[in-house]
Amino acid sequence: MDDLIKEFLVESIENLDRLDSELVKLESDPSSQELLGSIFRTIHTIKGSCGFLGFSKLEKVAHVGESLLSRLRDGKLSLSPEFTTGLLAMVDAIRTMLGEIQSTEVDGTETYPELIEALNKLMNLGQEAAPKAAAEAPSPKEHSKKRSGESAKEIASKPVAPASVAPPAELAPAARPEPSAPMAAAPEETAAAQHPTDDAQARNSPSETVRVDVRLLDRLMNLVGELVLARNQITQVSARQSDANLVGPAQQLNLLTSELQEQVMKTRMQPISNVFDKFPRVVRDVATNCGKQVLIDMVGKETEIDRSLLEAIKDPLTHIVRNSVDHGIEMPDHRVSRGKRPEGHLKLRACHEGGQVLVEISDDGAGIDTNRVKSKAIQRGIVTAQQAARMSEGELLNLIFLPGFSTAETITNLSGRGVGMDVVKNNIDRVNGTVDLQTNLGRGTTIKIKIPLTLAIVRAVIIQSNGRRFAIPQVNIQELVRLDADRAKKEIEAVHGVPVYRMRGWLLPLIYLSEELKLAKWAGSLASEDDATNIVVLQANEHPFGLVVNEINDSEEIVVKPLSKQLRGLKVFAGATIMGDGKVALILDVVGLAQNARLLSEARDRVLAEDNAELLAKQVQDKTEKQTFLLFAGPDDARMAISLNAVARLEEFPAANVEKSGGEWVIQYRGKILPLLRLDVVLEERRTRLRHPKSPVGPDPLQVLVCNDEGRTIGIVVERILDIVEDRAELKIPAVREGIICAVVIDDRVTELIDIPALQKLAEANRTLSTKHAELVD
Amino acid sequence: MELEKVQEVIRYLEITEIPLAPRVVSGLMNLRGQIITGIDLRRRLALPDRSEEIHAMNVVIRSADGAVSLLVDQIGDVVETTEDSFERPPETLQGKVREVILGVHKLEKQLLHVLNTEKICETAETVAPGVTP
Repeated sequence: MDDLIKEFLVESIENLDRLDSELVKLESDPSSQELLGSIFRTIHTIKGSCGFLGFSKLEKVAHVGESLLSRLRDGKLSLSPEFTTGLLAMVDAIRTMLGEIQSTEVDGTETYPELIEALNKLMNLGQEAAPKAAAEAPSPKEHSKKRSGESAKEIASKPVAPASVAPPAELAPAARPEPSAPMAAAPEETAAAQHPTDDAQARNSPSETVRVDVRLLDRLMNLVGELVLARNQITQVSARQSDANLVGPAQQLNLLTSELQEQVMKTRMQPISNVFDKFPRVVRDVATNCGKQVLIDMVGKETEIDRSLLEAIKDPLTHIVRNSVDHGIEMPDHRVSRGKRPEGHLKLRACHEGGQVLVEISDDGAGIDTNRVKSKAIQRGIVTAQQAARMSEGELLNLIFLPGFSTAETITNLSGRGVGMDVVKNNIDRVNGTVDLQTNLGRGTTIKIKIPLTLAIVRAVIIQSNGRRFAIPQVNIQELVRLDADRAKKEIEAVHGVPVYRMRGWLLPLIYLSEELKLAKWAGSLASEDDATNIVVLQANEHPFGLVVNEINDSEEIVVKPLSKQLRGLKVFAGATIMGDGKVALILDVVGLAQNARLLSEARDRVLAEDNAELLAKQVQDKTEKQTFLLFAGPDDARMAISLNAVARLEEFPAANVEKSGGEWVIQYRGKILPLLRLDVVLEERRTRLRHPKSPVGPDPLQVLVCNDEGRTIGIVVERILDIVEDRAELKIPAVREGIICAVVIDDRVTELIDIPALQKLAEANRTLSTKHAELVD
Repeated sequence: MELEKVQEVIRYLEITEIPLAPRVVSGLMNLRGQIITGIDLRRRLALPDRSEEIHAMNVVIRSADGAVSLLVDQIGDVVETTEDSFERPPETLQGKVREVILGVHKLEKQLLHVLNTEKICETAETVAPGVTP
């Protein structure tokens, strides 16, 4: 493509982006000559270049727009929303045509007659008021003539057309309006003007900046990455040498490389305004569409973030902004009736916080009604009514991040199409970010997004399994646990292939990296010198799990390189990196790993409810996902099971420690009193043992499942713990006795699923029964 | 294969195997700071694995998705061919292998296979990745 055309495209597209926000801004401040002037000049420049380059169709559209704008600028017309809508439509048309030029080098076949007519009509509206304004478009000469008639002050406050004259150096910094200035807050405007974005500098002082191809920057970044690796190797070599001739330069190289890396990283950084600047237009479109009035206020647009991440958060942010306007902010009359101002307020804030970028989107709309969330979730079958009743506000709010959840009463064409917050969350998760939602019913909602500054170089912990090295990004790691052989034997309950580790009252599911990756047996020191078990505690989505590895080495900065297309199907790896010794190591993808191990299907259960017997039963009906069950022997050797999620710990107590308090068996456990529920008593048909309630019978020591039920911890005494199995539990048989949800077939054997709330009721009933019994005996 | 597709030939590169990867992918290699994927040509052509004694050579080729190294037994020669000696593979050559063989040149003593390098890299991707357990 012709360089001239290329330059025209780049410049025009950039200018159009600015135009969007300027037009919306103009709507709120229709008298601003400065804005009008800037908008006019942009269109004028595009028109002029089109004529020069021979894009006649594009020129025609721009010409109509220009005429309209010139009339507005000269005060012959006054701006109304229809004008803005018309002009925005024109901007869209121009953008489409530019897109065509980009791909085909001609300005397309579409001539936009309706648009031209509509714009002409708008112009005629004004012609009635000012018939003298003829159709001729003002030439640049006229333009500058007009300006010379203005007061000196006005000249100072008006930008000089970038296309015509270079700005006088001393005037420029003070008077130049920030082209991508925020639309509301005035103090922010000055603040932004003091730190003009690179973009702005590029436009205004061409001598100080150069336009660089993005691919060149990427290549540069890659080279620096390679330099970092070479540096690491040199550093390793020089550490073993005492030759000053080598050590000195090596240190120098070290410093220079770090500095270079930092500077090159900076070139990849872009201000978040590149995304933010699109929002005034988005907000206006959505608001106009649903008849709402919304003001948008943006702070911290100069916050810089890596290009690739900026790209990654663009869609989620746009979605959230749309959502806020569409669902969050109420209709004007509704707002007035609630004592609010008719126009809603949307606030976007970006800043750097602890090595991360924080983006906050808050509105002063209706907030999220957790009751509606609740009923919706129940209606959608995401949770049961009982579970929902037990959930905290925060847990309820988190439900909206689940797939297929939307609380919009009416489905609009803008949002509420079933793709919702779950997509937002997934996208943010993908770049290792977090989403946090706070809401205040009737007062508004705030969504906080945290994302890392860059993805290209990350801190990672290097681990080894079967003689192979892998890197795990440090952000995924919660803690490292090392168990020596004795403790490992005791504390890892590895039964039937589903090992768990008791960590602070939680059962942490363990997966073995060597098994997960099917690593070949390795001849090295597997079991010889070091019998300790190393567990890397990881978090995938909300779900922690332990990854057992042979060795945990250092943490270091690694350069992430994507895997080639032949390997994209491998979800367990996030990429590869080159280590200090020049060898390649793979980077583990924690979420992929968890999915591979089927840990994530469980996660949802735990997030939704701790002890969800109902959900379990429901899922059994659904015959969908595999469940992990804890199998145990109940009274009379009945085979029973409970969802592993419901079990916090497995404990063993000497029978002598059991005490009785208020008709209940209890035991002192971790400084608290743990009520015991004895299955052999509660489920006993022949209540023979009731006659000797004071002497706890059954196996000694007692095998106890510590379960959490409605925030209360109870211990369920069982005969024997059998196994932990993963099963779909597909065949379901209705329960034949109380305290049982249903009977299912697990491992080809009929197994009863116990129902903790029902068992507690039974225990209660038994207590009254036994008291009565005692009275009768008396 | 066509000479102009070949970036370089390297005798030995340390290879990092990739667990769960398709069998044709032999691993990742560090080519002067660039990570490239190695594809075992024997496996790609459904030939038996080479014996332990033969050290594979790396033929680094340029593909649409960056450089890829093909692991081969040995480098034969660079020959100039003419259009005349070229012939499409016979219809009796079927199956997956057919798509990676463009045709053969009828040289004096033997037939010279011409490989489609793009296809070699491409189809490796459609080969089911290590089936997740």
